Amino acid sequence: MNNNASPTNTDERRLTIAEALREAIAQEMERDPRVFLIGEDIGIPGGFGGAFGVYLGLPEKFGHERIIDTPISEKAIAGAAVGAALMGMRPIPDMQYSDFLFECMDELVNQAAKMRYMSGGKLSVPLVMRCPVGTANRGAQHGQCPESYFIHVPGIKVVAPSDAYVAKGIMTAAIRDDDPVLVFEHKLLYGSKGREQAGGLDLTAHVPEGDYVFPIGRGLIKREGHHVTVVATHLTLYRCLAAAAELALEGIEVEVIDPVSLQPFDTDLIFSSVEKTGRLLIAHEDTLTGGWGAELAARVADDCVYSLEAPIKRVAAHDVPLPVAPILEQTVVPSQERITREIRALCAM
Amino acid sequence: MTERINVDDVTTERALDLYREMLRIRRFEDRVYQLFLQGELPGTLHQYQGQEAVAVGACQALNDGDWITSTHRPHGHALAKGVTVRSAMAELYGKATGCCGGKGGSMHLGDPDVGMIPAIAIVAGGVSVVSGMGLAFKMQRNGHVALCFFGDGASNEGAFHEGLNFAAVQKLPIVYVCENNMYGASTPFTATSLVPNVADRVAGYGIPAVIVDGMDVLAIHDAVSEARQRAAAGDGPTLIEAKTYRFAGHSRGDARGYRSRDEEAEWKEKDPLVRLEYSLLNAGRAQESTFARILDEVNTELEDAVEFSRQSPDPRPEDALTDAYATPIGTGTHS
Ligand SMILES: Cc1ncc(C[n+]2csc(CCOP(=O)(O)OP(=O)(O)O)c2C)c(N)n1
Ligand SMILES: [Mg+2]
Repeated sequence: MNNNASPTNTDERRLTIAEALREAIAQEMERDPRVFLIGEDIGIPGGFGGAFGVYLGLPEKFGHERIIDTPISEKAIAGAAVGAALMGMRPIPDMQYSDFLFECMDELVNQAAKMRYMSGGKLSVPLVMRCPVGTANRGAQHGQCPESYFIHVPGIKVVAPSDAYVAKGIMTAAIRDDDPVLVFEHKLLYGSKGREQAGGLDLTAHVPEGDYVFPIGRGLIKREGHHVTVVATHLTLYRCLAAAAELALEGIEVEVIDPVSLQPFDTDLIFSSVEKTGRLLIAHEDTLTGGWGAELAARVADDCVYSLEAPIKRVAAHDVPLPVAPILEQTVVPSQERITREIRALCAM
Repeated sequence: MTERINVDDVTTERALDLYREMLRIRRFEDRVYQLFLQGELPGTLHQYQGQEAVAVGACQALNDGDWITSTHRPHGHALAKGVTVRSAMAELYGKATGCCGGKGGSMHLGDPDVGMIPAIAIVAGGVSVVSGMGLAFKMQRNGHVALCFFGDGASNEGAFHEGLNFAAVQKLPIVYVCENNMYGASTPFTATSLVPNVADRVAGYGIPAVIVDGMDVLAIHDAVSEARQRAAAGDGPTLIEAKTYRFAGHSRGDARGYRSRDEEAEWKEKDPLVRLEYSLLNAGRAQESTFARILDEVNTELEDAVEFSRQSPDPRPEDALTDAYATPIGTGTHS
């Protein structure tokens, strides 16, 4: 089966990730009156439409009763989302930057994640937290990738779309899901704005006009190959794809997988790829120790031990906070060059 | 019409010093903005034009050994506290000679040598941390005071309320300086609070709160001096709410569509630099040429800092891997 569900016919309707997310949210708000947005600077007239413009145009369409601007109060945002979700609404709370999630860890970890379980399955917390991640020369408190903190919390689902087709479908799936879902999006992948810093990528993809679901828990093969499996998300995924193109010239065929969901992982897809290639490299922009790559590596080690022909490798940010100077930042987060080198070394083992 | 401020109780020399300090910040910010547009500076910027009187008035009221905390908008605080123009500028360039060695950047300017921890870009983060700084000074009985700068928007965070209450109960030697510039990013303070002043919120914690004209450097200075004395005497914290305005957008590329040009023009009339200059001229205390000379000197200092930053070396790539721990702990395989 070809898991690459995203058609690439260039004549088709192409959207950026920001546009795709906006479309998903608008369609779900249209479809379901329980869905509403809540966060800082999301709907102020003359304002920003959220930190990355994803909500531009929505207040005009849905009004300020369903697009609720809050004070700078992440605990209030997350707490209100949990409470409203418990009482039958479908809130989409917004974190301008993922780094601010730490302001509302209690509401997410102690409340959202545990209400279903503590109630013996009688309650649901269907909220969708939007969480932008990624390094962009803003230093230690505005560039972290904290996805992995949350895969550790039973009761929370974690997804990380990297292209517009998946973004629309997984946002729709998340809104319709009965559990709390954290949607991590990369700042440099939203659209044309980040293009330059993201290395001149074309970040648009074909996006069907109607609503559709990209299921949580399903990954995608972005490029087929038989020598080594590489699993990566977000900007790092694109660096891996570029590395794969480079290595193809040397005769190394890399299979690149976008896991899309980090909790739950699409283990079927990843295991069968590793069974085919015998080698696995996991790459992420989050730091190495305790990153989601560690969890995935452990699962593959468990399940695919007889298929593995070499140790599982991880390429991750070094275990330091993010520095701001470009030369330091480039050293810390995985570069295409570092990824290429590591894949090459792994294939030589 | 420019409104005069009271310059009767200050020596001309002192007033001109304050003017120079404010002008240094203003010109630093203007110059930095140009450099940013030219693509010389990485990242983003939160600029301080319009609020100079607060940083300068407050920091000038502190003693040696006192410390400050700052925010995502720290350039003015840093310069006013004594971070050199060279090391602040070099930090914005991400150079090894910057005050944080290129690791901090615009949002984390600071320098322990002058009593400033790296600015905290998490809104209200400083309000939490300053409690501990004050607590340490109290336990150390050293007479030092910690001053916490934060914005109107920060008063909506839980950290503000927990921090203030704790400091109040413990009678910690802290001065809170809230720069109420009427907006948190695009959001008007009035849309986030049913009481019109941040000071009104403080009544619940049983500490004094003072509202001052944030466009009058002398008024700020006096208010902070008094609050500092109170703090150092063991009588606990004071909150000072400075009514001010940021002339620029929230961060780079903010078209300021959420506020009116009329409102901006009204506040430009209150420019703290123009007001001080006008008041001194009017009182016959200084000549136009005095201000021209100060501008010249400040510009020279700035160009020197720009040149210094351009010439300064980048950090070495391997410097990225130091400073996470006091002693490297060796974490796993890195390539
Ligand atoms: C905890 C947290 N939430 C949100 C932000 C994003 N943010 C940065 S500055 C800002 C506005 C701050 O307003 P205010 O405290 O009034 O300071 P000002 O920008 O006016 O100086 C916001 C929302 C942040 N940095 N930290
Ligand atoms: Mg403000």
